[in-house]
Amino acid sequence: MFEDFMVNAWEAGTIVAIIAGVVGFFVVLRGNSFLAHAVPHGAFAGAAGAVLIGVDPLIGLGVFAAGGALTISVLGRRARSDVITALSLAMMLGLGSFFLSRSSEYSAEVFSLLFGQILGVSSVQIVPMIVLGAVCLAAVGLLYRPLLIASVLPEMAPSRGVNPQIITVVFGFILACATTMSVPIVGALLMFALLVGPPAAARFVTRRPVTAIPLSVLLALVTIWASIALAYVSDWPVGFFVTAISALIYVAGRGVSALRRRVPASRNTARVEAEAVAA
Amino acid sequence: MGSDVAVASGGFLASPTVQTALILGGFVAAVTGIVGVFTVVRGQSFAGHALADLGSVGGAGAFLVSINQVWGFVGAGIIAALLMELIGVQRLKGRDVTTGVVLSLGMGVTALFLYWDTTIGSSSNAAVSVLFGSLFVVNPAVIGPVIGLSIASLVLIVAAYRWLLMSSLDTDLATARGVPVRLTGIMFLIALALAVELSSLTIGAILSTALLIGPAATALLLTRRFGLAALLSAAIAVATTWVGVWVSYESYNWGGPTNWPVSFCIVALIFLTYLAVRIGAHIHSRRLKPATEASAAPAVAKDAGRHVAEVMG
Repeated sequence: MFEDFMVNAWEAGTIVAIIAGVVGFFVVLRGNSFLAHAVPHGAFAGAAGAVLIGVDPLIGLGVFAAGGALTISVLGRRARSDVITALSLAMMLGLGSFFLSRSSEYSAEVFSLLFGQILGVSSVQIVPMIVLGAVCLAAVGLLYRPLLIASVLPEMAPSRGVNPQIITVVFGFILACATTMSVPIVGALLMFALLVGPPAAARFVTRRPVTAIPLSVLLALVTIWASIALAYVSDWPVGFFVTAISALIYVAGRGVSALRRRVPASRNTARVEAEAVAA
Repeated sequence: MGSDVAVASGGFLASPTVQTALILGGFVAAVTGIVGVFTVVRGQSFAGHALADLGSVGGAGAFLVSINQVWGFVGAGIIAALLMELIGVQRLKGRDVTTGVVLSLGMGVTALFLYWDTTIGSSSNAAVSVLFGSLFVVNPAVIGPVIGLSIASLVLIVAAYRWLLMSSLDTDLATARGVPVRLTGIMFLIALALAVELSSLTIGAILSTALLIGPAATALLLTRRFGLAALLSAAIAVATTWVGVWVSYESYNWGGPTNWPVSFCIVALIFLTYLAVRIGAHIHSRRLKPATEASAAPAVAKDAGRHVAEVMG
């Protein structure tokens, strides 16, 4: 399980889990699950297009992820953002099917872009991952406070000197960055599962961002490590284990929160959150 | 995608492949367009998209046990809809997380099924055909069930029309008027699952989302009357589908390895129509009242409020 060719998988999985745990916390906080689904899923079209014209797929992924996130945040400003997200996603996937029809033998690679190929990562792929991952974490760290304020108290944000619309665009780019680094390795599906399941579970357990973010990272790490081990042992696709374990963790988190709700002490969780931000 | 070559023989309307595509595509587009108006107004686009993707679990499962794919898609869609309802799709808060968890779990199971399909069976193209689909390669065995189930979906919508209208526009008011809001929600989700699975099966998961949301969002920009919006949405859906089929058919003469995928042609038309109408509506509203330009969503809600007063009064 820890042979040479598996070391890359463990490293890549660990990096992805850390990024997904941090970025995913804000995805769940902002109610952006649909965006988190659409950006990685739609970005595969970029990879298909890049292969078609003979460019590095990573560039295609990056362009489509950033372009998709930008389109959604700009068009979504004056309309229901879920409608715009759905339309943009369909358009990107449509373009993907167009690019695929232009080149002949690509189905296997599409399959791996959607469902991941973490057990076949080469050490070359790890480097851009670390760079883009560091950019992501730096952006979140730099914008931590405005991001929290714009996400939890959007109507109060302008009085604190934060423009929620700019934050929406910036967060779209952070998501695009996280997507570009991880989709070639773990697949759109697995990335989405990690962006939603573990952070949502963490937020059931604690509402304080300072504890929820590390917990979210920890749960994402547990998910991916257990999945790699199980996939290695069983030879089943790693995506299945990641999504199943994420869902289990989510259900467990909900269970914890349901049990705790019987105890009246932590009744007003929303207030705790607002206080944590205001402090 | 490879089988699209068959389309090239014969004239456009004379080709049986095109005839099937036009009839089945038009039928599914009309039903999806009508259901879409409620989906957009209820803010359930993500659920609609998730259900389309989740049909592929059933599709991949049906490949595995070799039963008719219709039952795989529809079964998976209804189970997913009930699961979402059970774990709280009706509450606005946290709804998208719930949808996301169900969606990703479903996709994970799809990955497993496709893995079994490709290792146990020999259908290596299962993944692509389940995910992308094509109107030009519809299996004749699915046509009957698809039309029957589309009608079932429409019947559900018509039966619950008044309840649906009231609970979609103002939940509190509907509850006060004695509308069974939760039952209405479940009926709608089942109708949505049926419509979305059928279009996902016949024209692919990509196109299904575009047909569900695009024409409905376009129609709601043009009119705020519910009934009219539903008819307009169905008309736009059918028109874009037919034009898309024609463009895809014609594109065979434009060079390149194959014709343009029909899903891409229709999605592009839907997206461009929406953008054009949106820009038109923007210019129109700016010319009418330059100072008080309201954003689209509140305006719909406000006018819808007036409309619900008419319905209830």
